Amino acid sequence: MTSVETAARTTREQTGYFQTFMSRRASILPTLAAVAILILLFVGAEILLRGDFITPRNISSLLLDNAYLLILAVGLTFVIVTGGIDLSVGSVMAFTGIWLAQLLAAGVSLAIALPAVLLAGALVGLLIGVLVQFFDVQPFIASLAGLFLARGLAFVVSLSSIKVETAEVLWLQSTRIQLGDWYITPTGILALLVAFAGAWVMQFTRFGRTTYAIGGNKQAALMGLKVARTTVAVYVISGICGGLAGLVLTAYSGAGYPRNGVGTELDAIAAVVIGGTVLAGGRGYVLGSMVGVFVYGTIKTIISFMGAEQSWTQIIIGALLLVFIVVQRAIVARSDRRSRS
Amino acid sequence: MKHRLFWPVATLVMLILINTIARSQFASITVRDGRLYGALIDILRQSAPLMLVSLGMTIVIATRGIDLSVGAVMAVSGAVALTIIDGSTDPNNVGVVMLAVVVALVISLLLGVWNGFLVSLLGIQPIIATLVLMLAGRGVALLITEGFITTVNSTPFEFISTGYLLLPFAFFIWVAAAAVVGLTERRSALGVLTEAVGINPEASRLAGVRSRGIIWSAYAASAVLAGIAGIIYASNIKAADANAAGQFIELYAILAVVLGGTSLMGGKFSLAGTVVGVLIIQTLESTMLFLGVPSAESPVFFAVVVVVVVVIQSPRLHRVARDFVRSARARRAAEPSLDAEVVG
Repeated sequence: MTSVETAARTTREQTGYFQTFMSRRASILPTLAAVAILILLFVGAEILLRGDFITPRNISSLLLDNAYLLILAVGLTFVIVTGGIDLSVGSVMAFTGIWLAQLLAAGVSLAIALPAVLLAGALVGLLIGVLVQFFDVQPFIASLAGLFLARGLAFVVSLSSIKVETAEVLWLQSTRIQLGDWYITPTGILALLVAFAGAWVMQFTRFGRTTYAIGGNKQAALMGLKVARTTVAVYVISGICGGLAGLVLTAYSGAGYPRNGVGTELDAIAAVVIGGTVLAGGRGYVLGSMVGVFVYGTIKTIISFMGAEQSWTQIIIGALLLVFIVVQRAIVARSDRRSRS
Repeated sequence: MKHRLFWPVATLVMLILINTIARSQFASITVRDGRLYGALIDILRQSAPLMLVSLGMTIVIATRGIDLSVGAVMAVSGAVALTIIDGSTDPNNVGVVMLAVVVALVISLLLGVWNGFLVSLLGIQPIIATLVLMLAGRGVALLITEGFITTVNSTPFEFISTGYLLLPFAFFIWVAAAAVVGLTERRSALGVLTEAVGINPEASRLAGVRSRGIIWSAYAASAVLAGIAGIIYASNIKAADANAAGQFIELYAILAVVLGGTSLMGGKFSLAGTVVGVLIIQTLESTMLFLGVPSAESPVFFAVVVVVVVVIQSPRLHRVARDFVRSARARRAAEPSLDAEVVG
């Protein structure tokens, strides 16, 4: 009898722990799910593709191929955590990328050209942030204007691609710091630095906590938080990330091209959401977005390994996005009920 | 000045006037072989896809939603129609073309029902719900065309966009669509109910409005209209281009709706305003083409238009303007008896 009771109590305690974890850390669950999906993808691909998928080369190239997307996703995470959205990231990347290429081709030194394009990205972000914060424009519409502006400016700079021959920019891409079969390029290091810096700011600074607070509650200003300044700043951060991504993509492809990054904003949003950031705002992790980017990149790699149409990537990402949104809704509804009762 | 259509119509008339002054042949219409030709006629013909998409977008926006998937639906619809015509033995057969169009529209309807399901039944934010199809839809269209740009030579199919019955056939399509949407919304209670859902979903539900069905049908209608737009687009280029079809059209459609005076917050909507909004956009495109601006650069211009329009619509600016007018009036009223003024 006693042993049965003990067993029953243990189960109860375990579910108790589980429930406590669920209620306190519900917001990390989607990110954990993304990690699980990433592991599943790797294991599944390893088994299905005759055991030549998990190689140092493949994993290294995952970071190299998606460095620009990772940078965009980090900036976007800040915006989405405040409950906003930034559709302009892909266009800002194209604009800054082509402008950088043009400035360099015109003989301007990188030390001047790079700050100039980063500033341009920041200004597009500033425009969006000001429209959102001071004119009550929906983030979606304001960033739509940013998308139009940056895309058009990219074509104003040049209608065709411009080759980059500056040694410093090509160095970012061509240098491979080797460790056995593993390698990392300066672009990859840059992307990781942006991600870790973003994660640090988000978790350990007053600015980061304000970002979460704005997403959780629009009336956060009542608590003395600097809502206006922070809201504008997240869009500026996203714009600067767009500029950095422009640099990385220009280095990656060795040229600026005004048609780059059409639809990349959707890939970035998908990566952020798959990484566990809730679109309603208030919950999410920068490192989760990093996992989301890797999930995206891995799906792309698997599809090209299988020799299938790349259009399957879009379909699978779309389906995955849907699953995550539905799960998020369930979690948000659950925690709302909990906090109300 | 008070009428809601005043500013959109005034903008359009201004644009046409400026164009006519700048180039005299703009307003001229010539008759050849019983057909009307001219820059204005071209605008009426070319605005067909955007017009159809924008009409659907107006209804969706009125329910406090948004439909980002219209471009993808256009791509799918064009891909389906062209694949059917391409696969048939007789592409010039009118029956084959009709079948292709009907199948394409039924598939568009299904896509719209899917969007409506996500928004009205699962309660997912419209931006995100339609984003799923926006992402996946183009992938589906690419699969249908097997990654190629399917081209066909089919006279009946080409007639849809390039045909003439005195005026371009595509013009009649959008006029008919506008009439059907306008009559069902405004000659029945549907329009009022749609506005009620958009203004306050919860209150209208409590008042007995079946908001779920209204929202659902708005997305279905939007997708069918986008499907027709996709067929016109494919017919115009005689090909199904899954990547280029309807690219950015959701953005232009939203711009047209906003230009027409419908608020993005949902509720009150104006179909006539949207029609004028689309014509403004198309006239602007034509103007920029005339000015020699490469069409790729035109987004800069539209960005400026979007910023100006949203700033003018912004409640804060209205508040500031109202306060300014009120204080100016108060000052004028106070001036004669400044000494007697009691502060407070």
